[in-house]
Amino acid sequence: MLLRLEPRPVSSRGMQYASPVIAAALTVLAGLILFSALGRDPLVALYTFFVHPLTSLYGLGEWAIKATPLLLCALGLAIGFRGNVWNIGAEGQLTMGAIAGGGVALAFWGSEGPWLLPLMLVAGALGGMAWGLVPAILKTRCNANEILTSLMLSYVAVHVLGHLVHGPWRSPEGFNFPETRMFGEYGLMPVLVSGTRLHLGVIIALIALAIGWVYVARTFSGFRIAVVGKAPAAAAYAGYSRNRVVVASFLISGGLAGLAGIVEVSGTIGQLQPLISPGYGFAAIIVAFLGRLHPFGILLASLLMSLMYLGGEALQIRLNLPPAVTGMFQGLLLFFVLGSDVLVRYRIRLLRTGREVEAHGRP
Amino acid sequence: MDGLDTVIAVLAGAIRAGTPLALAALGELVTERSGVLNLGVEGTMLVGAVTGFIATVITGSPHVGVLAACLAGVAMSLVFAVLTQFLLTNQVATGLALTIFGIGLSAFVGLGYIGTPIDGLRPVPVPVLADIPVLGPLLFRHDLLIYLSIVLFAAIAWFLHRTRSGLVLRAVGESHDAAHAIGYSVVRVRILAIVFGGAMSGLAGAYLSLVYTPQWAENMTAGRGWIAVALVVFATWRPFPVMAGAWLFGGITILSLHIQAIGFGVSSHLVATLPYLATVLVLALISRDAMRIRLNAPACLGKPFHPAA
Repeated sequence: MLLRLEPRPVSSRGMQYASPVIAAALTVLAGLILFSALGRDPLVALYTFFVHPLTSLYGLGEWAIKATPLLLCALGLAIGFRGNVWNIGAEGQLTMGAIAGGGVALAFWGSEGPWLLPLMLVAGALGGMAWGLVPAILKTRCNANEILTSLMLSYVAVHVLGHLVHGPWRSPEGFNFPETRMFGEYGLMPVLVSGTRLHLGVIIALIALAIGWVYVARTFSGFRIAVVGKAPAAAAYAGYSRNRVVVASFLISGGLAGLAGIVEVSGTIGQLQPLISPGYGFAAIIVAFLGRLHPFGILLASLLMSLMYLGGEALQIRLNLPPAVTGMFQGLLLFFVLGSDVLVRYRIRLLRTGREVEAHGRP
Repeated sequence: MDGLDTVIAVLAGAIRAGTPLALAALGELVTERSGVLNLGVEGTMLVGAVTGFIATVITGSPHVGVLAACLAGVAMSLVFAVLTQFLLTNQVATGLALTIFGIGLSAFVGLGYIGTPIDGLRPVPVPVLADIPVLGPLLFRHDLLIYLSIVLFAAIAWFLHRTRSGLVLRAVGESHDAAHAIGYSVVRVRILAIVFGGAMSGLAGAYLSLVYTPQWAENMTAGRGWIAVALVVFATWRPFPVMAGAWLFGGITILSLHIQAIGFGVSSHLVATLPYLATVLVLALISRDAMRIRLNAPACLGKPFHPAA
């Protein structure tokens, strides 16, 4: 008996929706096995990981604010991925956005007004765009692989942040800790629900989601990106410029990642530190794929990924398990997402008899 | 004489710093020559590094550690092989998944070993050759893995360009349909190439945790796996430039360490960006010649193969 993949003439619509669910279920199953192997009660561990973080109002707020940077980054990345433009440096663009926006907050420290926060957001988005523009230009002008350049620039951005908070931007009142001053009142995101840390950034992310959906589904520019990604030959024939798609993708994804950075810094942290993101920019790659590169799918996926971060923290606090569990789950989830995608494009058939096997050629 | 000694010490240091890059990049070269783009090098190196380290702590023998790292690399690459070759997943995304998974897994299993001291692999001077002036201290007073990397370089160059199996591997990378039509098993060749690449990444990781630093720290590869992937592009998919490029980048790493040591009043954080900026710069310069890249890159690089599709 042999298993065989048969290409489907048309990709399965049902499977398009089912495969992320299958992937999430398989990840939970892998979690059960892992926790049992670690000698913990797997049900208690799973409850701690997936349910406990959401049992309080405060927890729900945390759920939303952790999903915010993931949603922003993944929305932008997905637009690029649709066009086969591989920006995997969202982490660096997020960091640059935080530096640019945080720099504005520090520059006007002590002489601020209600105009400060909008200015910081604009600066953050521009910072991310500028950092994203570098790999885009290197790609269009020098043909340099954008995967490698955008990733290398992420390492550079994190070191630049390290330099700033250890050196020129270090808080004068900070007892030599590597961190900047706390931003002034006008440099912080207003809290929406008292008793939680839920801040305005969540609304910004939802607005970005709506705009992102319109862009992808209803504008010519968004359509062009999809054509360049799905059918490069047709796109070239129609006269769509691949270079313009590369630049547009990087500007959008870089800008949104930069926005995520300044939202995170002004919403949850309140100052610049050496570490401002627990890998949101990389996790957003998983979120984009899990959400099938569709804005609403990405919303659901970012909520799941945010829960995985919270669950990791809960495991650490309550069951004394290392937070690295989250990273492992993230990788596993992406494996399962990619693996179960095969069901969309192919049908799995069992070949029972020797004759059937022969009729299908070599397995 | 003092100046010469310093130069020799710096160059020997460059070889040491370049060896993990060389090992990983030579493995990735073979994988890519078969038409498979594995971006999981960084994660595979980390898992190799932590496995080699733990095996050394448990058995007390760094040689067992090296072997264990190799096997861990094979295991990681098999995950990639199954996903990309049987389930036909997107190779870029699967490679990223492998790296994310590897970072998490290595941090998880290595948690109890941070700061544990070990006896790493010691240098083994080659008898007679080590006493040659200049060349001796430069090339023949290293540890076994460096000698191994040079031997592997020669073996890979010979295999790819002078053997029938190497020709088959390159054929599969250039045109999987043609290779399939002649009767070669594309999937089998690619799986072997992926597994070889994984073993090499594992070795590269072991070099870091058993020789270069000898210790385990979370995320200790610090992007070297990605630089190795970039090196394969710099080298336009040929073994000799891969080796030369790896040592050159080792030199840049050593140089930035020296700049930090001397001071110059430059922030250590900014100096630390040098290898990454150098990678971006060289990548841009080399890729400018689009024709050269297109002529040298395996034509089927990154494309999934399904006989019926």
